[in-house]
Amino acid sequence: MTAVDPNILDSQAREARRATWFTRINKADKWLTVLGLSWITPILKAIAGDNPKAQFGEIWRLLGVPILAIIGFLALWATLAPQVQTSLGAVPGPGQVWEQAVNLHEDAVRKGESRAKFQEQVATLNERRIANGQEPVQRAYTGAPTYYQQIGTSIATVFFGFLIATVVAVPLGIAAGLSKTANAALNPLIQIFKPVSPLAWLPIVTMIVSALAASNDGLLPKSFVISAITVTLCSLWPTLINTALGVSSIDKDLVNVSKVLKMGTWTKITKLVLPSALPLIFTGLRLSLGVGWMVLIAAEMLAQNPGLGKFVWDEFQNGSSSSLAKIMVAVLTIGIIGFLLDRLMYAIQSLFTFTNHR
Amino acid sequence: MKNILTGAALTALLATSASAEMLDLEKDELTFGFIKLTDMAPLAVAYEQGYFLDEGLFVTLEAQANWKVLLDGVIDGQLDGAHMLAGQPLAATIGYGTEAHIITPFSMDLNGNGITVSNEVWDLMRPHIPSMDDGRPQHPISAEALAPVVEQFRTEGKPFNMGMVFPVSTHNYELRYWLAAGGLHPGYYSAQDVTGQIAADVFLSVTPPPQMPATLEAGTIYGYCVGEPWNQQAVFKGIGVPVITDYQLWKNNPEKVFGITAEFAEQYPNTTLAVTKALIRAAIWLDENDNANRPEAVEILSRPEYVGADYDVIANSMTGFFEFEKGDKRDIPDFNVFFRYNATYPFYSDAIWYLTQMRRWGQIAEPKSDEWYHETAKKVYKPAIYLEAARMLVDEGLANEADFPWESDGYKAPTPAEDIIDGIAYDGRAPNAYLESLPIGLKGQQIIVGSEVQG
Repeated sequence: MTAVDPNILDSQAREARRATWFTRINKADKWLTVLGLSWITPILKAIAGDNPKAQFGEIWRLLGVPILAIIGFLALWATLAPQVQTSLGAVPGPGQVWEQAVNLHEDAVRKGESRAKFQEQVATLNERRIANGQEPVQRAYTGAPTYYQQIGTSIATVFFGFLIATVVAVPLGIAAGLSKTANAALNPLIQIFKPVSPLAWLPIVTMIVSALAASNDGLLPKSFVISAITVTLCSLWPTLINTALGVSSIDKDLVNVSKVLKMGTWTKITKLVLPSALPLIFTGLRLSLGVGWMVLIAAEMLAQNPGLGKFVWDEFQNGSSSSLAKIMVAVLTIGIIGFLLDRLMYAIQSLFTFTNHR
Repeated sequence: MKNILTGAALTALLATSASAEMLDLEKDELTFGFIKLTDMAPLAVAYEQGYFLDEGLFVTLEAQANWKVLLDGVIDGQLDGAHMLAGQPLAATIGYGTEAHIITPFSMDLNGNGITVSNEVWDLMRPHIPSMDDGRPQHPISAEALAPVVEQFRTEGKPFNMGMVFPVSTHNYELRYWLAAGGLHPGYYSAQDVTGQIAADVFLSVTPPPQMPATLEAGTIYGYCVGEPWNQQAVFKGIGVPVITDYQLWKNNPEKVFGITAEFAEQYPNTTLAVTKALIRAAIWLDENDNANRPEAVEILSRPEYVGADYDVIANSMTGFFEFEKGDKRDIPDFNVFFRYNATYPFYSDAIWYLTQMRRWGQIAEPKSDEWYHETAKKVYKPAIYLEAARMLVDEGLANEADFPWESDGYKAPTPAEDIIDGIAYDGRAPNAYLESLPIGLKGQQIIVGSEVQG
């Protein structure tokens, strides 16, 4: 019997294939977790043939329970909402809210059409101008923004504010982490300004921005700058605190190495401080973006920056029978975008850091 | 057939406007502010019908949070112009509040406001209002029916609060006029005390129009005077009852104006003319063929970027009805007038009425000569710009020669006594004599010292 039992060979190959599959699945799992899709892993494992019972338990926990919870929430909402009568009619249930979401989409389509109409009118105008011997003109569309554009404005505003916050907070945090003196100087200020709400910052920011930007022809609209800076002022602190903490808790051995190597401050920061403080800096950034997004809506409402906050405020002012449902669409949009932003930061964080401390 | 006709009319229109001389615009990108009220309609219509673009103007319309924000926007240049309360350009020009020289080449509408009280107050008022044969209350309802309610609140130690939209708003003056005509004192302003509650029976305070129904519902105020759709909103929500419209208070009273800074008009004369032309066309469209375009206008206004209230709520007043109590719908065909009766012409006599009311309630603290009233009106109201724009439209075939008061000296014929609720006639040529004829209010040499009227 020289021939090897083909069945054994076959099963060995299958084993090997399974093993590669599982390594792949485990690798993918890391990314799926980052994306919030960790429930896919047990499904894949079950398909690959890993102990189905254990995997089923996982699927149930990661996918079944959340779905049931959402269904339960929707059911509760649908039954309770119609029982509360406001002056705008009953509180809308999930059905009406969905209807308004569709409505907002259709409205966006309609506005696309009126943009086309606008272009046509501009074309006629230009024909007339040419007939009159004048230069034709081309100007930006003047109509109201669609819901999608409002979402875009909000995201742009929060990132602009967040960017300024990062640029300010990271260097300050490094300074506070490296030097006890700098820390002593910054600490009281941080403690005092950290708990201030955006509503208190806004009037001050409005006045200062209006005073500094005398004309309205700047690159960015005033309301945009006001909202963004308010976001900055509120989202500065988590990054600042976490950076300082990350920098001050660097391994003492590493610090000693830098002393032995006689590193300059700049080299020390780029080669040593930043890499080892990165995980905590990113934790700070992630918190900052979350705070920024939360604050933004309030800032936009008051500064009339044409984003989601203004949408909510305008609908509140409109007081039509569909206003409440539209505001709820906005609330869900805000929640979902906030979640996605957090995931995004988490993904970037995973790309940049190598430890498990997150 | 109809389509062909409108098509033909359209081509004719395009042909005429295409041949028209285009104004050489100094500035063609403009931002105008407005408050969510149906009388902003000329702006929305001029935009949606493409009248602004016909003039080569690229206009962005922006809803504003309240009248103060709107006025500040125009003064500091964030807004090029705005839908304004008639009192705003006048008050700004004479330096009551923020001082700035603001002018108006275009009146936006006549009438359009109402006074609403909460259900609770209505139930208390109702026994004092005579009924008609069918059991519905007899109109117009005088504030005399409110007097016993105010008295009752006072004995219970509760101040009777009502809302209006701005210290120099039409609504403030109309509410004051109605209260005073019924013997209730709405309170004086003085240089030191700008709350306007000196010697008041009824305490008035400011609330932005869109928040009126919510504030009434919250019980902070017992009634308010505001433009549409916020009176009809109260009926639809079942939280209040409109008692009187300003049409019943004073037939065809002047309302909003389109305000720009004097600087703007000086720097950009052609742009100002072009804007005025577009607005006149919008006003014509709104009143054309016996309000035939009103349903379309209501659809435009009900969009969230303009007024945004429900179609039915806006439709009520815009299409000639007004619903008082639920089910008590009455015809008020002239509730909103945008073009008829020379509604868009900026009459000096309209400006003077506002100035007399400012004097009557102490916002103008010192006595002024008749001459002063006339001069101030002429500083702010600019019929010359209006007529120039109208002339261009007539020449372009877009308006009728007969629709404009070419020969007017800027003063309306005196309003006869029967057109006003308390039967006191108004003649814009004699402001001081008019002030003398009003029973409640400052007149002659009177001034407020502390909380007393002297002189």
